[in-house]
Amino acid sequence: MQRIGVFVCHCGSNIAATVDVKKVVEMALLEPGVVHAEDYQYMCSEAGQAKILEAVKEKGLTGIVVCSCSPRMHEATFRKAAERAGVNPYMVEIANIREHCSWIHKDMEEATKKAVILARAAIAKVNLNAPLQPGESRVTKRALVIGGGIAGIQTAIDIADAGYEVDIVEKTPSIGGRMSQLDKTFPTLDCSACILTPKMVEASAHEKINIYTYSEVEKVTGFVGDFTVDIRKKARSVDMNKCTGCGVCQEKCPSKKAPSEFNRGLNTRSAIYTPFAQAIPNVPVIDRDACLKFKTGKCGLCEKVCQAGAIDYAQQDEIITEKYGAIVVATGFDTIKLDKYDEYAYSQSKDVITSLELERIMNAAGPTKGHLERLSDGKAPKEMVFIQCVGSRCADNRGKSYCSKICCMYTAKHAMLIRDKYPDVNVTVFYIDVRTPGKNFDEFYRRAVEEYGVNYIKGQVGKVAPLPNGKLLVQGADLIDNKQILKEADMVVLATAIEPDPSVRKIATMLTASIDTNNFLTEAHPKLRPVESPTAGVFLSGVCQGPKDIPETVAQAGAAAVKAIGLLAKDKLMTNPCTAKADELMCNGCSTCANVCPYGAITYEVKQVNDHGIREDRRIAVVNNALCQGCGACTVVCPSGAMDLQGFSNRQILAEVDAICR
Amino acid sequence: MQELVNRAKELLADGTVVRVLGWKAGDLPYNPEPAYFTSAEELDNFVYNGFCGANLSKYMIEASKLEGKTMVCLKPCDTYSFNQLIKEHRVDREKAYIVGVGCKGKLNIDKIKEKGIKGIQSISGAEMSDACDTLTIQTLYGEKTCSYAEAMLERCHVCKGKEHMIYDEIIGESKDTKDAERFAEVERIEAMSPEEKFAFFRNELSKCIRCNACRNVCPACSCRKCVFDSTKFDTAQKANVDSFEEKMFHIIRAFHVAGRCTDCGECSRVCPQGIPLHLFNRKFIKDINEFYGEFQAGADSEARGPLTNFTFEDCEPSIVTERR
Repeated sequence: MQRIGVFVCHCGSNIAATVDVKKVVEMALLEPGVVHAEDYQYMCSEAGQAKILEAVKEKGLTGIVVCSCSPRMHEATFRKAAERAGVNPYMVEIANIREHCSWIHKDMEEATKKAVILARAAIAKVNLNAPLQPGESRVTKRALVIGGGIAGIQTAIDIADAGYEVDIVEKTPSIGGRMSQLDKTFPTLDCSACILTPKMVEASAHEKINIYTYSEVEKVTGFVGDFTVDIRKKARSVDMNKCTGCGVCQEKCPSKKAPSEFNRGLNTRSAIYTPFAQAIPNVPVIDRDACLKFKTGKCGLCEKVCQAGAIDYAQQDEIITEKYGAIVVATGFDTIKLDKYDEYAYSQSKDVITSLELERIMNAAGPTKGHLERLSDGKAPKEMVFIQCVGSRCADNRGKSYCSKICCMYTAKHAMLIRDKYPDVNVTVFYIDVRTPGKNFDEFYRRAVEEYGVNYIKGQVGKVAPLPNGKLLVQGADLIDNKQILKEADMVVLATAIEPDPSVRKIATMLTASIDTNNFLTEAHPKLRPVESPTAGVFLSGVCQGPKDIPETVAQAGAAAVKAIGLLAKDKLMTNPCTAKADELMCNGCSTCANVCPYGAITYEVKQVNDHGIREDRRIAVVNNALCQGCGACTVVCPSGAMDLQGFSNRQILAEVDAICR
Repeated sequence: MQELVNRAKELLADGTVVRVLGWKAGDLPYNPEPAYFTSAEELDNFVYNGFCGANLSKYMIEASKLEGKTMVCLKPCDTYSFNQLIKEHRVDREKAYIVGVGCKGKLNIDKIKEKGIKGIQSISGAEMSDACDTLTIQTLYGEKTCSYAEAMLERCHVCKGKEHMIYDEIIGESKDTKDAERFAEVERIEAMSPEEKFAFFRNELSKCIRCNACRNVCPACSCRKCVFDSTKFDTAQKANVDSFEEKMFHIIRAFHVAGRCTDCGECSRVCPQGIPLHLFNRKFIKDINEFYGEFQAGADSEARGPLTNFTFEDCEPSIVTERR
């Protein structure tokens, strides 16, 4: 029989205001195995922990139940306290009477009842707990960064500067990401490429950084400190070692009809291409869907003109397997599809564009060489209308419920740049709210209004209709003047909502990192661990975690790097002893557990067993404790119940359920 | 049948197999039972007819542990179970010489009795070589006839097909006897209100006497130690505390075989109380088909079942109800 001590925390008034803690103590004392119970204002404090140590000493406790906040908050604290008191840390159970009880209930009587039940469940479990010993695992001192945009580049540089090897995996042919598509950046209006390209060069020249472009993560196994990752290096059809980046192949390529991804499909590119002039690496790829050689077998012009002999039509995808200690996800974003927003006529008129398309139009290397012109007829616009929150802050399920955060600022930027360069163009912005929280942000917006005369109208646009004269009729509301507005515009720019890059779902699944309903990766704690995923060893950088502008992204990239460095700096990690274990006599050897194990931790051995006198060779599941993460998937699928999770055994869980239902 | 016996004798004689797993006559004309035969003389008692419903694949678990090969007679639907058992490493393919036996639908004596045919002395028209369209029954009260199809087991009306999924050789012809929709009964129950469903199953399961025949015959229930027999869990006791927990036996069993059940129908065939136990399993199969695409357990011995596999196309549990 265990000798259990129950420690009920007030958490100041967080718990005590809603839960009668004295009552919880009183009720806990009635439970089997409980020899001590007390309450205290802050159990996690030095004085609170001292009470646990004292009780262990005086009453000879073998098990400890702390009724307090979530175990994710202070389980480690109390386990350490138990260890100091000479009790195995895995003899501690937390009854979460704060997040699961006091914070979500108002009625004291009801909440107290529930707190007592939660305490009872934890006590029932501790009665069946057994001491567990953690093992050790090694740390591979190499980091993987998934995504080569500004977030990935910054994280990689910071990790590499600390002396660790970093690989960047980027799915497109060049690093640079969305930032490379931007013309100017707010609030300073400096040129995006001017500040990004030096970073790209720095990353590619860094002796500790290795960049895999045109590559994708294919498979991830292992766990914190010891991930094994398969990277698919897609066939570039160009030998990276031979290519000099002269660009002749791109000039001579006769197939020039593929839409340019870099220019958001506003113009075309050759079948063999680098996305943009400053691409890193400066080695083109052949788009096999567009290439005549691949489509018809005829052509081969690029091979003929290539002095370096770098063209290799026979190149195959290559799988690279590498080990990593830490993984940083920096998969970034894309703009949402506008097919559900017919009212803005995006698909009907070439002169209705997204803001990212405007970035390309404004850029000197863009489809119009930086001239602001209508894509339908090449004429200079006189009236421009910007529509904010297209798909953002959306109440229905057509768009996103969240604020995309960057649009207010980039629209102010666009408006200002247009008014500066083309003072004869009238610019009108329809908005719900103008949100400018950030250093020098509101000043920036006010400059657009006050100095550049941008016409801001609070109200939304209901419809954009292409007119026979080639103009666009914008029908909107002015909420301040309380009137309908009908305005003829030459161009309409939609501040389209951003969403996590679609590739993130697959990556999150491979990493067993959780994502929210909007496909943003979730943090381990929204306030206190914002750059860590709940999955150990996986860190978050940039917009994959939530909408961000460049300064925020760079700051978060650095923070993610620091967390990764903290992990890589360790030589060994303590492993969780709550791992699965198969009962040899009950195991059927059916392999179902091995099939579902996401960590590849289960193998099978033929072993001689003595089953009550019957000696026979049986195929039996064996769990590798270093690989097992204690997820419990195997225990659920095991038909005979041979597989059990140490620290969370079926018996313990049933005991908890029974205690709750009693 | 004689062809089968002759072949069995040959295989025993040339040493290919050391025993034959088939059926022998029972006490009554309609209850042949599974049996091992180790010699030509013993094979004289070998029987194979329309009443040999028993799925022999599960016997191969124990036979796989014996020395030498066993010739096992498997009907087309039994081969699904055998494949599933290979997948779960419960039988040894190398220890089995599979003779795929012809099947034209198997009979349910209760269906004949329900027609008021009593005092049965012998039944003809159910041999493997017969056309299997009419049964001629000699009774104490004279000769009676009965349509073969009307006397078939429920599972034969939703026959999975006449093809054997795995075999070394095939003896005899098979017939696809499907003449009903497999999920019609499940759909009928799905359409009920929760109260009606509960009442339906409470009524059916109240007949259960916990004889464990369903579990013992089920090829998917192949655990060395069943959770209901183990002292390691509280389930052994749980199943007896009150009538509701008694019913949990069948629910838990259905969950344990979900995704692995081939719908062989043995549970319902052997139930002495006539409980339509296959309906639980068939509901799972229907759901699995709808959520993850058509899947037939045991169609091969390698494919991973949808419940123990993962693909990026899998539906999210949270939107399962939307998909339906």
